[in-house]
Amino acid sequence: MEYSRTELMPGVFLSHLHSDKFKTACMSVNLLTQLRRETAAMNAVIPFVLRRGTTRYSDMEQLSRRMDELYGTAIEPVVRRIGEIHCIGFYGSFPEPDYLPGGEALLGQVSELMAQLLLSPATRGGLLLPQYVESERDKLLELIRSRVNDKRSYSISRCIEEMCCCEDFAVSRFGGEAEAENIHYKKLTRHYRALIQTSPVEIFYCGKAPNGEVVSALRDAFSTMPRSEIDYEIGTDLRMNALEEHTRFVEETMDVTQGKLVMGFRLGECMEEPDIPALYVFNSVYGSGATSKLFMNVREKLSLCYYASSILYLHKGIMLVASGIEFDKLDAARDEIFAQLESIRNGEISDGELIAAKKGVASDLRATMDSQGELEGFWLSQSLDGLDYGPMELAELIEDVTKEDVTAIAGSIECDLIYFLKGNGEEDRADEAE
Amino acid sequence: MKLSEYPEIGEKLYSTVLPNGLEIRVLPKKDFSTYYAAFMTNYGGAHRRFNTDGRTVDTPAGVAHFLEHKMFDLPNGDNALNILSANGADPNAFTSSGVTCYYFQCTEGFEENLRMLLHFVSTPYFTDETVAKEQGIIAQEIRMGEDNPGMTVYYNLLKLLYDHHPIRDRVAGTVESISGITAQTLYDCHKVFYAPSNMVLCVEGDIEPELVERIAAGELPSERAEVPRADFGGKEGPLPAGRECREKAPVSAPQFLIGAKLECARGGEDALRQHLVSALCLRMLCGTSSPLYTRLYADGTLNMDFDYETDFSAGTGTVIIGGESRDPDRVLEEFSLEVERIGREGFDGEAFERARRASLGARLRGLEDFDNVCVSMAFGVFDGYCALDSFRVLETVTADECRRFAVENLCREKLAISVIEPAGK
Repeated sequence: MEYSRTELMPGVFLSHLHSDKFKTACMSVNLLTQLRRETAAMNAVIPFVLRRGTTRYSDMEQLSRRMDELYGTAIEPVVRRIGEIHCIGFYGSFPEPDYLPGGEALLGQVSELMAQLLLSPATRGGLLLPQYVESERDKLLELIRSRVNDKRSYSISRCIEEMCCCEDFAVSRFGGEAEAENIHYKKLTRHYRALIQTSPVEIFYCGKAPNGEVVSALRDAFSTMPRSEIDYEIGTDLRMNALEEHTRFVEETMDVTQGKLVMGFRLGECMEEPDIPALYVFNSVYGSGATSKLFMNVREKLSLCYYASSILYLHKGIMLVASGIEFDKLDAARDEIFAQLESIRNGEISDGELIAAKKGVASDLRATMDSQGELEGFWLSQSLDGLDYGPMELAELIEDVTKEDVTAIAGSIECDLIYFLKGNGEEDRADEAE
Repeated sequence: MKLSEYPEIGEKLYSTVLPNGLEIRVLPKKDFSTYYAAFMTNYGGAHRRFNTDGRTVDTPAGVAHFLEHKMFDLPNGDNALNILSANGADPNAFTSSGVTCYYFQCTEGFEENLRMLLHFVSTPYFTDETVAKEQGIIAQEIRMGEDNPGMTVYYNLLKLLYDHHPIRDRVAGTVESISGITAQTLYDCHKVFYAPSNMVLCVEGDIEPELVERIAAGELPSERAEVPRADFGGKEGPLPAGRECREKAPVSAPQFLIGAKLECARGGEDALRQHLVSALCLRMLCGTSSPLYTRLYADGTLNMDFDYETDFSAGTGTVIIGGESRDPDRVLEEFSLEVERIGREGFDGEAFERARRASLGARLRGLEDFDNVCVSMAFGVFDGYCALDSFRVLETVTADECRRFAVENLCREKLAISVIEPAGK
């Protein structure tokens, strides 16, 4: 797979990954902007409003009809948060010509539809249609409120919110409820126009079409994009230490039968010059996958939970450990999660554990090469970091990670906040028994 | 091995059946680093009562799933999940109502990993201690399911649709039902349902097909066992046992599912055809580009949390439509009206062609996904068809077949609705 990068117009970059092996091609377009509480909800609603209708396909039925004609080219809104950079836009995939009747090539038509969606929304008097904005505002509110429905992800987002209460990272990718309620079509139109003019844009393509062909299709499609001074001043604020001297504890009650424990950590000084391969290996040794210390001990050895795993947010320099436990197992689970981190600090990593972790990480990276969706995510992240090496190069670097590298990372980590979601009323047998 | 070619989608398939009855399918995949293997038994949560050696055996709810957890234990004290993971593979398993599937994905050491997969799934080893310990872990998993409104709304729907078929019950069972499981229960069920004659192995990757055949023949027992017969009870009637179920839970907005049960085709290409007709019919009735969905989305009744599927499992076929809505009853009413309209007018010819194109694109996308390819291939083997024939059969499906499917299966009296409403409202 050959990777190349082209600036199509000021601040609009194409990452082109040439590959013959897939049956479909994929394309994404992302506007990049700073994640802030005041604007996050407006950013998040924009692709959904744009997906309601364009000047040419004025409502969803016409748009969807067009996508069906293009063999189910599914172009859907994507809203991501990478560190404190908000990435909003569209992702779509479409069949390669070899598998279509008559060998029809869709690249030009899909590029054009992508540009239509981003640049030519249905408007009246130059303003986004109020009925689309209001309808999508209400749906965004439903989406923000729906996070409570999945207790596992709810507890994770609550932990981040509390832990990063003084940082923009506390804001979810869909923004806050109060800000979403205030979305108004006139203000949103101004915000949208400003983003289109000033945001850096990352476009990703993976498929059979050579770079020149994709560059030319996209330059044609996006030729009307208005660009002014590009806002490159976006980035993530890294906080190295815990907010307070003692680990904070936040508890919440809800009508649930299983408790959710989420522990938030700062990765600390190892983020000053982050050793990405070592961080991946550390996470695998500690809490990701079936050979990890958390899985082997908290789940398998002590049967304290159904799941216990660690998640790294590398761009923000934090790690969360999440676990589903019985209400009365809070202390035992927390102590064991700390004890396992301590054991890594003390260098208690067997050769088998290290090799398994490295093999697992390297294998995941190599498998990234076989999935366009994974490749898109990988390269967007690389582009934000200004890096140009691919998953295979990173997989090779994994080989060089040593036990000392992993131990050093564990030594740099500090727990900042512990969040616990527990049941209420008669479910709370544990406390009564004590 | 027998070679079947699918030039229109650029695939080749090798298939064979071993003397012990194991069905094998291999899709060679050049230029990919990923290898994927799925080893599936025709045994799931619904296979609770079965006939073997001329007697009828009853087992508690949750045995198939419990067995799945315990299969990873090896007699020497090792755990296959750890061995495979330590070797860089990504192993896992799932149990549904109809099947139990063990699988792994890896980029290196495929042969060794495949041997381990076949070895651990065919090597039962349970003790009362390990079973007792697992009861704690699975009880946590069951609790987690109880807090999941998606699962509650789903099982409430199945209980409405089915009068007695065991598909009504949670695959994992209940904390109480799994407390009755012993090491002996697991040995008995393994013996009956994990014989190669009741299983299928599907592999995708850059591998020589005959090598897969040789490895399977070497690792698995060579005798051919009798294929067990599950007893799901008498035939279900055509109408739902109940029409609606409402429950409250801490959710932000009503979660709902609308469903109907189907009379399943007997198997073979008829079954494949039924799957495709059902999928195409639902795409046109309520897919994201359907007039019904776009209208209800625009007026705020529906949002993006909306989906549909037809699930074929343990001899049942169930249409399930739903997601989140501020007014689930209105969705049911509008859906019923749409089915009635289609009954009168039929599907528009152009809309049908667009839906078929979109379906072709979606199916091509599905071929990129190793997991999807191997698992759907395995399901097809149990139902007597080849999943890769979907592309050919899709070409021959007609708009009127889809209309008939809607009228016969999705009319008002066949539908049931399950709703979870926000607590405290």
